[in-house]
Amino acid sequence: MELINLFTKSIFIENMVFAYFLGMCSYLAVSKTVKTAVGLGAAVIFVLAVTVPVNYLIDNYFLQQGALTWLSPQFAEVDLSFLTFIMFIAVIASMVQLVEMTVEKFAPALYGALGIFLPLIAVNCAILGGSLFMQQKDFIGIHEAGVYGLGSGIGFFLAILGIAAIREKIAYSNVPAPLKGLGITFIITGLMAIGFMSFMGIDL
Amino acid sequence: MMKTENNIETEKTSEVSKKKEMIMFLSGSEEKEHFLSKANRKLLTDPLDDNNPITVQVLGICSALAITVQLKPAIVMSLAVVFVMAFSNMIISILRNSIPSRIRIIVQLVVVATMVILVDQILKAFAYDVSKQLSIFIGLIITNCIIMGRLEAFALGNGIYKSFLDGVGNAAGYGLILIIVAFFRELFGSGTLLGYEVIPEAVYAAGYEDNGFFLLSPMALVVVGVVIWVQRSRNRKLIEEN
Repeated sequence: MELINLFTKSIFIENMVFAYFLGMCSYLAVSKTVKTAVGLGAAVIFVLAVTVPVNYLIDNYFLQQGALTWLSPQFAEVDLSFLTFIMFIAVIASMVQLVEMTVEKFAPALYGALGIFLPLIAVNCAILGGSLFMQQKDFIGIHEAGVYGLGSGIGFFLAILGIAAIREKIAYSNVPAPLKGLGITFIITGLMAIGFMSFMGIDL
Repeated sequence: MMKTENNIETEKTSEVSKKKEMIMFLSGSEEKEHFLSKANRKLLTDPLDDNNPITVQVLGICSALAITVQLKPAIVMSLAVVFVMAFSNMIISILRNSIPSRIRIIVQLVVVATMVILVDQILKAFAYDVSKQLSIFIGLIITNCIIMGRLEAFALGNGIYKSFLDGVGNAAGYGLILIIVAFFRELFGSGTLLGYEVIPEAVYAAGYEDNGFFLLSPMALVVVGVVIWVQRSRNRKLIEEN
């Protein structure tokens, strides 16, 4: 039950895009058509679901104060948390590389579809943001971290899918010239965020 | 006799070419330029309006919006980005001839991450409450697309001084939008600026109320949308076709 609650919370209430503005750059750049949006969204779900649990392990067994006691009790005082950023980003960059190579080898069709988006993801703020929020939230186990990663990924997927569909339609509307393109996309995103705020307070 | 003269001449030319190489390395072009020549000034001022990283290049929005509820964190964030961007641009420009292009992204990430760790530790030491307010967004400077974008597009192909200026200019353009958005959100949302009350009591007494909506995240998006609208109606050449 706890897990389902965490899952829905990370999709709707703490939506990466609408509540924290994470992953905005790729959200705006790749949402011109639904097809590319689905590709990027799927890649983000995948990478978030993998990197958040891996970073959870790294945080709990290497970085936090006293995390190294499994090596030897004399490391109880060691606190490596100042290395968090560099470790997380290194994990993300190498995981993305790894995922890219695996997908290329075993699912060439999927690779063709995701192709250019995979390397982009290494610098997607939603991915690093997922790991950093995970660190702040003090999850009790790797399963919670995994569910959180998956839920955040799905939240991003829903957001980018929605905006892409709207942008395809808005091409036919009469938007004031200076608002065309970027401006109206921002305002629509704001309206969608208001919509997503209605989920606030839902507790399963 | 002939030989030594020749030797001297080659020595001279090699010295000249060395100097030229040095200038090439520093400024990225053969000619010696004045420090604030027109081209260099353009590097600083272009990103403020015509080529603004947020409203025109659409980079770095991720962190731009979440921290604009109040003016103070927005200013701190802008300064942090100026620092990180100017120096990582410079470092990458120094290293630009020795980075193998296949692993350049990792090298860039490591350089940026190091600068961000510096900023983070300094903030934690000297401005703890602001650092708490900015929470994960200092860390997210690493994946700020403006920084990676400028490293890729500028620092890898230009000299050190120019890269430094480009970094400062782009970060200033980013900070400008951040501060504009934060100004309006704090003014309308809580009636304060930098924490000081600016709207007089009499106005409240006449029935004015703070619009709490401005404190919520959707309004940040709408305010940026309006900033873009204003900028593009002033500067018509930025209007998009679709």
